[in-house]
Amino acid sequence: MLKLKNIYKTFNSGTINEKRALDDINLVLNDGDFVTVIGGNGAGKSTLQNVISGTIMPDFGTVEINGINITKYPEHKRAKYIGRVFQDPMLGTASDMWIEENLALAIKRGENRSAFKWMIDNNNSLFFKEQVAKLGLGLEDRLKTKVKLLSGGQRQAITLLMSTLKKPDLLMLDEHTAALDPKTASLVLNLTDEIVKTSNITTLMITHNMRDALNYGNRLIMMDQGRIIFDVAGDEKKKLTVEDLLQKFNTTKDAPSDAMILG
Amino acid sequence: MNIGSLLGAIGQGFIWGIMTLGIYITYKILNVSDLTVDGSFATGGAVFAVTALSNIHPTICLFIAMFVGGICGLVTGILHTKFKIPAILAGILTQLGLYSVNLRILGDKANISVAPVSTNITFLANVLNIPHTRAGMLLGIIISIMCILLLYFLLGTEFGASIRATGNNEKMIRALGVNTDNIKLFGIILSNMLIGLSGALLVQMNKYADVGMGKGAIVYGLASIVIGEVFFRRFSNFGIKLMSSVFGCIVFFIIRAFVISLGLKANDMQLLSATIVVIALAMPIFKENINIRKVGKINSLNEMKQVSSSDEIVKEKIEKREVTEVGGGNNA
Repeated sequence: MLKLKNIYKTFNSGTINEKRALDDINLVLNDGDFVTVIGGNGAGKSTLQNVISGTIMPDFGTVEINGINITKYPEHKRAKYIGRVFQDPMLGTASDMWIEENLALAIKRGENRSAFKWMIDNNNSLFFKEQVAKLGLGLEDRLKTKVKLLSGGQRQAITLLMSTLKKPDLLMLDEHTAALDPKTASLVLNLTDEIVKTSNITTLMITHNMRDALNYGNRLIMMDQGRIIFDVAGDEKKKLTVEDLLQKFNTTKDAPSDAMILG
Repeated sequence: MNIGSLLGAIGQGFIWGIMTLGIYITYKILNVSDLTVDGSFATGGAVFAVTALSNIHPTICLFIAMFVGGICGLVTGILHTKFKIPAILAGILTQLGLYSVNLRILGDKANISVAPVSTNITFLANVLNIPHTRAGMLLGIIISIMCILLLYFLLGTEFGASIRATGNNEKMIRALGVNTDNIKLFGIILSNMLIGLSGALLVQMNKYADVGMGKGAIVYGLASIVIGEVFFRRFSNFGIKLMSSVFGCIVFFIIRAFVISLGLKANDMQLLSATIVVIALAMPIFKENINIRKVGKINSLNEMKQVSSSDEIVKEKIEKREVTEVGGGNNA
């Protein structure tokens, strides 16, 4: 369970470029929630995610996961609880290492890494093969391929698998399909949905695409100017349409970007 | 070039090869350019000389030299990871400071001889009844093989994999829970331990320690890595890659011996090794430029004569071409 309490974050405070990125954010994600986050550019989505993942420290407020206050934890210490997939497919994997090696790195997420134990042995190699086969991309026969030889979509699918190989308390997806072509994007999204549902992973998915925000997850959050302006779940969310969301956007100061309307 | 100087060069190659392995860790695996080398190499040598001269067993002296080399790495590592000084500058700063330290260690002398005391090499030479240089080569071979095996096994473990991943994609491995600062610190320390060891062995080989013995060491090491890559480009096995840098170092010292036998001075090697590294690093750019020129010629034939404002079109074409070339290069 993720709990954000009174999170504030201001960039360049005291200068003419002062920007309040997060303005009293209070958010509770229940176990198994699959939350989609939408909002215009500069609404604070990425800052929110960076505050949760630890790349940015908030000015004020607390971040809790499973009742543990992780506000002061550095990024690498939070990895124990959080699995992440980035927007850039190049960022989620070590390109010069094999698929198998990447998975072996991922399965020890947040754990001590022994200097006396081989990273890959027959046991986990078999396990990795099974897991990769589940992606349905035919990559299970290429486990000893360097990741840099894979396409962006394949890399993103591997990253997704890596982030959930050891079940995280929170999965954070930062526009993880934005850099992919529409067909690959929907493939990766479907994979995401499948993995999240079968393992019942609490998920926070940032997206620029309203339709995806509506189609996936059980809860939707809309952000504007560092605040959560709309939070809807369950049946109410199911009834929601793109037009409703546009309506909401129009009531805010920032007009939605073209990508959101077209996507 | 006679057989004696060839064997001498190979012996030097093995001993410097241990330093090359150290540089390989930072430069190739961690993707950090650590210039502490020139300093820590001499520090290793100096420490060995003074400890050996105070009648400590030479094997223990080797370990002390390694340890002190590691401390040099620790300094650079802290400057880089804790104080966020760029790695290159951090290394230069340590290296500069180490010059004074090394002079102090050597008792304010530019060089001191270890000829009066017995070393691991003289021991081997006596036991096997072989010449000093031959014994030095043997010791170099034994220790460099040990280092290669050690690194090979270390980097295959869970911990070692996180070192490789740190050099490859820092953000990703941090998101997987690895403190990349500590990993870098560890890598730089390990690297300088090997470099210190290599310096100590060179002192055994040459029978004296010199405050300037590390001068240009980083470039020798880089040249060796580059030469090794030329020979073993096709291999992706990690152990072979480690071996290739030692092999490159041997080739480098054979070239050096050859060049000296042609009448050049040993100091000319600095220029030659710098040139080797420059050529190797600039090669991809040369290739690209040649391609651009080819495209430029074709375009100027087709379009320049017809269109008055053709310059921009040509430029555009070149740029496009460049983009595809770069992309192709990455995939290969």
